[in-house]
Amino acid sequence: MGRINMRQMKVNQKGRIASVKVAGELGRRIRDMGLTKGAEIRIQGRAPLYDPVALRVRGFTLSLRNSEADFIDVEIDD
Amino acid sequence: MGKQLEQRTIALGGNPNAGKTTLFNALTGSRQHVGNYPGVTVERIEGFVRHQDTEFHIIDLPGTYSLTAYSEDELVARDFLTEMKPEAVINIVDAANLERNLYLSVQLLELGVPVCIAMNMVDSAKSMGISIDTVKLSRLMQVPVVPTIARSGEGKEQVLDEVMKLASAGGNVNKFQISYGDDLDQVLIEMEKVIADGQFLDELYPGRWIGIKYLENDPDVVEKGEQQDPDLSKQLLAMVDKVSRHLETTLGTFPEALIADYRYGYIGAILKQGVIKREYPADRLLLTDRIDRVVTNRFFGPLLMLAIIYGLYQFVFTYSQVPIGWFAIFFEWLTDVVSSVLPDGLLKSMIVSGVIDGVGGVLGFVPLIMFMFFGIAILEDSGYFARVAYMLDRVFSIFGLHGNSVMPFIISGGIAGGCAVPGVMASRTLKSPREKLATMLTVPFMNCGAKLPIMALLVGAFFAEHQASMMMLITLIAWGGALLVAKFLRVTIISGPPTPFVMELPPYRLPTMRGLLIHTWERTWQYIKKAGTVILGISILLWAMMTFPGLSDSDKQVFIQQRQELKQTVPLSVVQEIERKAGGEPVTLSTEALSLRKKLVLIDNKEGEAGLRGSVAGRIGISLESVSRFAGFDWRTNIALVGGFAAKEVVVTTLGTAYSLGEVDPEAAVSLGDTLKRTPGWTPLLALSLILFTIFYAPCFVTIVAIVKESGSWKWGVFSMVFNTVLAFGIATLVYQIGSAVGFLGG
Ligand SMILES: Nc1nc2c(ncn2[C@@H]2O[C@H](COP(=O)(O)OP(=O)(O)O)[C@@H](O)[C@H]2O)c(=O)[nH]1
Repeated sequence: MGRINMRQMKVNQKGRIASVKVAGELGRRIRDMGLTKGAEIRIQGRAPLYDPVALRVRGFTLSLRNSEADFIDVEIDD
Repeated sequence: MGKQLEQRTIALGGNPNAGKTTLFNALTGSRQHVGNYPGVTVERIEGFVRHQDTEFHIIDLPGTYSLTAYSEDELVARDFLTEMKPEAVINIVDAANLERNLYLSVQLLELGVPVCIAMNMVDSAKSMGISIDTVKLSRLMQVPVVPTIARSGEGKEQVLDEVMKLASAGGNVNKFQISYGDDLDQVLIEMEKVIADGQFLDELYPGRWIGIKYLENDPDVVEKGEQQDPDLSKQLLAMVDKVSRHLETTLGTFPEALIADYRYGYIGAILKQGVIKREYPADRLLLTDRIDRVVTNRFFGPLLMLAIIYGLYQFVFTYSQVPIGWFAIFFEWLTDVVSSVLPDGLLKSMIVSGVIDGVGGVLGFVPLIMFMFFGIAILEDSGYFARVAYMLDRVFSIFGLHGNSVMPFIISGGIAGGCAVPGVMASRTLKSPREKLATMLTVPFMNCGAKLPIMALLVGAFFAEHQASMMMLITLIAWGGALLVAKFLRVTIISGPPTPFVMELPPYRLPTMRGLLIHTWERTWQYIKKAGTVILGISILLWAMMTFPGLSDSDKQVFIQQRQELKQTVPLSVVQEIERKAGGEPVTLSTEALSLRKKLVLIDNKEGEAGLRGSVAGRIGISLESVSRFAGFDWRTNIALVGGFAAKEVVVTTLGTAYSLGEVDPEAAVSLGDTLKRTPGWTPLLALSLILFTIFYAPCFVTIVAIVKESGSWKWGVFSMVFNTVLAFGIATLVYQIGSAVGFLGG
């Protein structure tokens, strides 16, 4: 069990959202799209320039910028 | 006549990509109307459907994931529901993506509006091995749930039945309420009491909902509250403050976050009770994922994107040529008819040069725009559009734009030969207000199809040896300039943090023809409406400016005399030959007659030049000379550029008239190029200065109208006119002056 920042996750790596440390519009958007504490995610891929990142959460694919992923900590199993 | 139909207003809401448009069309057929919500640029689509003895008036709410106050779309949806109080809301949800879709349903239910869930896409969910127990879901949430397949219209009658029942019952049976944990539940009860006692905003919202919005820090509700009862509002804020601090110390979180957690928690708890059945594990790799592996691949993705964009271009500009030709033929025919019916004179000149040329010019774009919108609809409906935004966001975000800005740029002529009008209109796909504005203000710098003849003329005449590299350079300058200006705008007048990208990559789907055609037609019709009305006035105005006051009688006399003198130098038979030819007789002109006719045309052209010079536009051109000479432009160029404000196509023709060449066909402007080259002062440096000016100066009027429409304010239309022209003039002057000083390019 370890906690890492979403930006550091590798493609195909899985984890659970540990915390989303941002309020205001950005925080709201992130949470509204289902990235709330405990949600299971898997990194699907990264855009050709490594940013944004695409991930699977709650059965759909979501993309966000690395600068937005920075606010999200993820618990990983290994 | 049967008995009176009962009228009921209902709304249709749901997440983007849930099939809302499809269901709306299935319900209402062609009985639709597109408009705008008052004061905002959000589209409002409404329609009618008859069900048994009821006439339903359906409002299509904007597709949203939530009901916050952060975006215009969400506010509009929320305000509509609370202010118009529809008798029911059809909440369309995607069965294959239930968890996130229900997040909006929960918010709708909390708002207290009567909700009926249309469980859509049950077919595509099934093909993914997902089946939903709608009966169980309905029982657990206490809401009617109807499975539908919007594409085939399946289930739409049942939805209307349920809506009927809801409306007659006056709402959902039970009051919907979910728990937000002990701390928040406790404070919500207290807040609810305070709100009820103070009759706070109670004509609009349920008490508990107001409490939740205060806890979420919703700026819109807090502001409304402040206006109605500042003291009570302060009291509520104090309660929020207290519980926030408590949550911070005990749980390390804050109300807004906790509320979202509990909403998803509620949904998760319901779905776990056997509502969703999956044949395969939930994290199985879907077809969409496999397509994405290729389509957004690091190496292959960008290549494919280039190929697709190029294909779109080819498609639009190749296939629209034919109908554009029909339009041209039609307007030529109309010109001929009008010319032969009306006597020579001002009326004819106005109708032909003002009305037909002006309106024809605008309507001439229609096929192009239709094809463009059709192409875009394919990319949008299939889901590819979102991938383009995903791949290019990194580049565009550097300049304060958004991945979704790429399409407007390309449509406007990012590769060469687009049109800024559909480009500006395509900026609609951007949901972020600042990025959208910066996009629509910079797309007119692209080299649209109407600027190309000007470039071709100048490059052909002055940079004949380097045509290809010059054209390439022009494209690069346009892009570089547009991105830098976007950056400039985003750090000055449209400053503000980037709008969150956080975007769904929807599953790939095969678009339906019906959906594509509806999309295309809706947008094209809006273009026709907006362009058709304003442009008529403007083109008549420009015609008048280029025609009046016209030559004085004595000046006209001079030309008449010149013609007569010329005719006296040849035998009468030669003059008659020309007259017979002009009368439509099939005579072959002799060499003398040909030479005479040439000379006569020269006089006509001189007269045209003199007329233009003496017109209002000419005088403006001449008076601008004192300024424009810094960039090297004389009055002739000035008039042409003023004319280009109506439509950039006009620049080359007007230059032709100003240089006494008569009407110049923009496609074959060789003679104009030669004339310019021989004119003293026309150095390659001047040509470069004019090229730069043309790239950057004011967009044509139709584009400005589009900017006004899309931004919702005249301010931005005026801004782009003034700002772009000043910028263009600055750049052209700089290059011309430095070039002249150092003797660059013959300056
Ligand atoms: N298989 C299937 N596809 C659907 C259904 N309803 C809509 N679609 C497709 O889903 C896509 C998105 O639909 P649209 O109505 O544009 O979604 P909106 O964004 O909610 O308006 C389109 O390609 C539709 O053809 C359905 O019930 N089943």
